[in-house]
Parts: sequence; structure tokens; C-alpha cells
Amino acid sequence: MTDGYHIIVCGSLVPDPLQTLEPVPGSTPPALKNEAMLPAVLDPWAAHSLFEAARLARETPGSKVWLVSLGPKSRLQQLMMQVAQKVPFELVALDGPASGFADAAEVAAALAGAIAAIPGLDRSRLLLFGGCASASRDAGATLQMVAEELGIHDQFLAVDELKPAADGSLRVLERIEGGRYLASVCDGPPLCVGWSTGSLPEPPNSPQIGMQNMRAIMPALQRAKPAPVGSQDLAWLDARVPDQRRDTRIVKDASTDAIAAEIVAWIRS
Amino acid sequence: MEHVLCLLHTDADGAVPQPAREAVTTALRLATELGGAALAIGVIGAGAAAAADQLAGTGVERFVAVDGPDFASSRYATDAAAAAAIARATEATVIVGPATARFARTLPGVARRLGGRIDTQVTGLAVDAGRVIAERWYYRQRIVTKASRTTRPWLLTLAPGIASPWQGEPGQANAERLAVELSAAEQRTRVVGIEQASSGAAQTIRPDADLLLVAGAGWTKKQADGQPHVADAARLVLGFLERTRASLGSSKSLVDQSAEGGAVMPFMTHLNQVGQTGSTPRHPKGLATCCHGEEPHVVGWRFIRERRAINLDPSCGWARGKADVLYVADAFEVMAKVNALLDGAS
Repeated sequence: MTDGYHIIVCGSLVPDPLQTLEPVPGSTPPALKNEAMLPAVLDPWAAHSLFEAARLARETPGSKVWLVSLGPKSRLQQLMMQVAQKVPFELVALDGPASGFADAAEVAAALAGAIAAIPGLDRSRLLLFGGCASASRDAGATLQMVAEELGIHDQFLAVDELKPAADGSLRVLERIEGGRYLASVCDGPPLCVGWSTGSLPEPPNSPQIGMQNMRAIMPALQRAKPAPVGSQDLAWLDARVPDQRRDTRIVKDASTDAIAAEIVAWIRS
Repeated sequence: MEHVLCLLHTDADGAVPQPAREAVTTALRLATELGGAALAIGVIGAGAAAAADQLAGTGVERFVAVDGPDFASSRYATDAAAAAAIARATEATVIVGPATARFARTLPGVARRLGGRIDTQVTGLAVDAGRVIAERWYYRQRIVTKASRTTRPWLLTLAPGIASPWQGEPGQANAERLAVELSAAEQRTRVVGIEQASSGAAQTIRPDADLLLVAGAGWTKKQADGQPHVADAARLVLGFLERTRASLGSSKSLVDQSAEGGAVMPFMTHLNQVGQTGSTPRHPKGLATCCHGEEPHVVGWRFIRERRAINLDPSCGWARGKADVLYVADAFEVMAKVNALLDGAS
């Protein structure tokens, strides 16, 4: 049985999924129009991983959760006003761009450096969490590079379930092709888990948790170190919203029989 | 000059899976367009050397395999060790592989280990003036980019469906077998099995299907008689899947109902979800039923070629401009008739 986990969750802000996004024409590297003004949320998959981390910490006495976020300090502060009320955690902030166009390798190096510098972090109890991909870069690559940098060689991606066993091992279910799960058992920490949706709903807001978190969040934001990540290695040639408008044929006065017949013919064609 | 490595893994039967064959097609083209760049094929997994024989007809001169029971399972530590060993042995500068779950987990860490860079889910590769250019999407399939890199090795995982799978005669590839020593620390994880994700008995996700059926939350809403008919909806959807062997996708709002305690179709899980926090499947055709909303569905349907929708709202913001045909009709009635027609009834 473990003395508790030290759970690091990597996650940052992304534009609200319902926002329309456009790149700034001719910008190199690419940037979003009005990026600083877009409403932001905690990256959805990272949010799932934070909620799963909180549950695991609650069920395993002696555990602690850190949220490591790289983003513009002022926008992280706004984000924390929403997120801090959900679950208990300690923030480690890095002040830099949250752009999806920043390279995963540069972001990973910055995150790994920040994690390595966390005082009191016990790597033998470390569970590195994050989303299986972000809603910005959408690469599904950063977390594995952070883990590799930290020397964690047990990695799992697109995880929906993580269950500790009495002997200290952890059973993991990863999504694989064909709507199936790959079930694995790891001897124990340290390991890296890129979460998919998991199984938890979003926790309700708790003002009490929010106040408790915010006491440490504000100093953490003030301490945030600059992390000027970018995409030094990339030569950008194009970034655009694809033309996706289709000329939709509306069929609204046809009988059910006629519609069904047309659909079946289309399926068989 | 670039050294191209096409990195593959075998499937559970020791065969070369379709996404790997697609990567072979792309790698062959890439090497040609790079002016005859050196090309090697590396295979990881149980029966890797034999699997290389299936690709002997490619004419590639060098095959490298990491074979054996330690590498049979899809496991980060062993796959990463094997992939890094192959990359070093072939002195690869550009490495292409399929964006399977196995490689999605492994190759980013391998890029870090090799001091390289990676781009994942690449949807197009081209060569311009001797420079490799990769196309990939950002912000959940909303912005498409083209870019090139200077750092080597450059790893690229290729999205499924962007090339035809390579077909050819098997032969003698005479693959070199690389011996990869594993430490105890690299064997702390044991794969213990594969489980169906669906809570029902039916397999509802079929990546190779010709058709994707998307079921929206409308299936569980109150119908004309003022009552929901979720059991009927489940029967119709499942009946359609059984007849067409289609794959099933869903909107977030429908799968979320299970977490929120609402009435749901028993076979529907988060794995069926398409869109922002779901998958972006690739099928030749898609039929959406009872779906509303716009952007999440656009994202989920980005790579569906022919799209049709059945919806009661003729001005549905998602269907207009996104689907090729919008049938304004009751999906319960239409799908019942469709199932009957598929059975051969009049």
C-alpha cells in the first residue's frame, strides 16, 4: 500500500470550444485573431485528468495534487477563478504563451523543468497526469516528452480508468482502436497517464475549496517564471481555416418512404 | 541527403495492419520525391521479421526488425527502446509511422530520446525544393497548417486514411534482427488483456466501416406523444448498425447523459463521442440523426467525405452548409423504414 501519491497534472487554457477561431493572416508563427480576448477554459482533457487526480488523492491518504500550467499570467489568473472552485490543488504557474502553435518539445522542456523544481516532490510516488491531447495543439505528444525528460518509462495514453491495487500496483485501461481497451498493470509509481474522458462528471463549484486554493494560487501566479516557448524549429508555410461550406440540399416535403429509399440507395452506392 | 525510415508495428496476429501499409505507401512516395533518398523499413512486434517479408515487394533495400515476446505487447518502455534502436541503426533523419494508439503513445517520447522533433496526426506530406512539408490540423481540426522543420530526426505519425494501403507480393525481406537489451525498469508494466469498451454486447465502433452513423441527443428527447422512447431508439440504431456494419458515433450531449443519470442507449459510451472531446473519425460516408449544434459536429465530421443528416429542424446550423443532404423528417420513422428496406422488405 502506498503512503500517498504526488500527482502532477499538466494542463492549461484553451479557447472555449464554442468560439470561432481564425488565424491572423500572414502571421509567422501563426496566431489566433483576438487571442487575448477569447473566452478560455481549462483544456477539456486536462480537466478530466485534474478531476481524476483529485478523486485518487481523496481516496489515498497522504496524496497531494499540483496543477502545472503554462500560459499568460493574467489569463491563468482568470482561468483559476473557475477551476479553483472544483477540486483542491496547488498551482505551479509558468508565464508564457498558451498558443497551440508553440512546439510540443519546447513546452515539454519548460514543464519538465518546472516539475523538477517543485520543492518536496517525491518522484518515487509521482503520477504525471494530463490530457491525452490538448484542444489547441492537439498533438498528444507533450506529456510523453515531459515524462521522458523526467525519466518516467511507464506511460499510458487515452486512459479512462486507473485503479490502485492493495499491493501498490496500478491497473490502467487505455483506449485503443475499434472501441476497445488495452488493460495493463504497472508495478507502481512513477508513471505517466494521458487521460481521455475518464468516468467522472465535472464537480460542482465549492466556494470553500475555491477560497482555500486561491490563498496559494495568487502567490504562485506572482512567482510564475517566464517561459518564452515558441516554435523555433518550424518554418510555417500556411495556416488557414479550411473552406468547408457545402451546398446543402434540403429535402423537406418528401414522404418517409421516399427518404428511406433514397438513403438506402446512397448507402448501397 | 535524408534517410527515411518507415517505422511500423505488427498487430496481434503478427500481420502488418492497414494503417502501417498506408504509411509504407507514403514513405515510398516521400523517398522518391526526395530524389531517391535512402529508405529503410523498421518493424516492431511479435513476428516482426516475418511481417517484413510481407513488404518485400516494396523493393526497399533495408529491413530492420525488433522481434520477440518482450516486444509483442503494446507497451511504452519496450516499444520506445525498440523504436529508438531502429532509428539509430538506420541513421534516420525523417521517420514516418502510422498514428495508431501504440505509436501515438510511444513516438513522442522517442522523439525526445533521440533529440528530435515530432508532428502527429499528419494529414499530408509533400516535398518542395527538397524540403519535406507536413500538413496537420490545430485547434481540433479547425485550422490547417503546412510547415517544415530543420531539426533531425523528424518523426511524423500519419493519420489513417491519407494514403492507399500498400499492396504487393510477399517475399524474402531478409530483415536484420536488432537485439535490444531491456532493463528490469523497462518491464514494470504488463499488458493483461484487451476488453470491449461498450457496456452492451454489440461492437459499435468499427474504424474500417464505410459508413458512420451519428446519433444525437434528439433520440432520447420527448417525441410527438410527449414521452421519450429511448428503448425504441436503441433498437432502431442497433438494428441499423447490424444491417449496415456501420460505426456508431455520438454527440457529447448524448454520451454525457449517462454520467448525469439520464436515460441512455445502453451500448453508448464516451468512446462513441465525436467532436471536440471525442474522435474525428475517417469514413467515406456519414449519416447524422437527431444532432443539433454546429462547431463540435463540424470538428467531428471534418474527415467524412459524404454527409447526410436527418433532422426535424430545416434551419439546423450544423446541417446547413455542412451536410450534403438534409432530410427534414422524423428520424424514428425514417430509420424504421430504412431498416425494413435493408432487410429487403417493401
